[in-house]
Amino acid sequence: MNVPAKYIHFNSWLQISVSNLIVIVIMLALFAAAILLPFPGARSKSNKVPGEKK
Amino acid sequence: MNTETQTTEDSKMWTARLRNSWQRNLPIDKLLPDTQPAYVASWIYVFGVLTLVALVDIVISGLILSFAGPAWYHSSSLGLFVNSLHFWGVQLFFVFMVVHLWGKFWMAAWRGRRTATWITGMVAFLASIGTAFTGYLIQTNFDSQWIAFEAKDGFNAVGVGAFFTPTNIGQIMLIHVALLPLVLGILTVMHVLLVRKHGVVPPIDAQPEIEVV
Repeated sequence: MNVPAKYIHFNSWLQISVSNLIVIVIMLALFAAAILLPFPGARSKSNKVPGEKK
Repeated sequence: MNTETQTTEDSKMWTARLRNSWQRNLPIDKLLPDTQPAYVASWIYVFGVLTLVALVDIVISGLILSFAGPAWYHSSSLGLFVNSLHFWGVQLFFVFMVVHLWGKFWMAAWRGRRTATWITGMVAFLASIGTAFTGYLIQTNFDSQWIAFEAKDGFNAVGVGAFFTPTNIGQIMLIHVALLPLVLGILTVMHVLLVRKHGVVPPIDAQPEIEVV
């Protein structure tokens, strides 16, 4: 890690290192996937909160 | 009411009061549930426990690193591997925690008396940043030297330079391996117990009492 980071410059008002940009893109992709992808093996269950009396 | 129960309820002992309070607030079926509401079957609910898994990796690899020392983890191949497990565990920890944070923010997870759960999570996030920062400072390479000297100017500028000295590796090492893990550990336990007490937050449009077929 003892090398200078590569930076991307957008116009003159924003600069971000490639590694930080990659991490942010991965997090956004994970978030979108977590919302959109169906959960495998989801079983039908009650919406009752555990421990709550009916 | 039998005699034993009456004795327990009437007792002024702090142990009895603590036990009764625990049983009232966090009975065992809430602490260790075997079912969850249907809305939990979504990937967005997985990221809290993924964060915990990454934390376990960080703690175990960190314990090995602290016992073996820098001479081992900078030179031997096994040491470098455990060092990498620690480093990449931290990257995953933050990625999972940020996705968890986004998910909970957009479903307004502080609803339903869950303010303390939200606050402990938020403070744990801040403590994690401090722990990661002190970790970067003790890499004992040029990168950590650069970060330490930049941070030194920052701390001096805000007037706390007398208390935090990023260039003092002994101080930073102890903060990283003892103080902040303790704080983060306590906050994590509180956070998880509060999640157990109040249950995971339902989506905004969920109707809690409806049976799903």
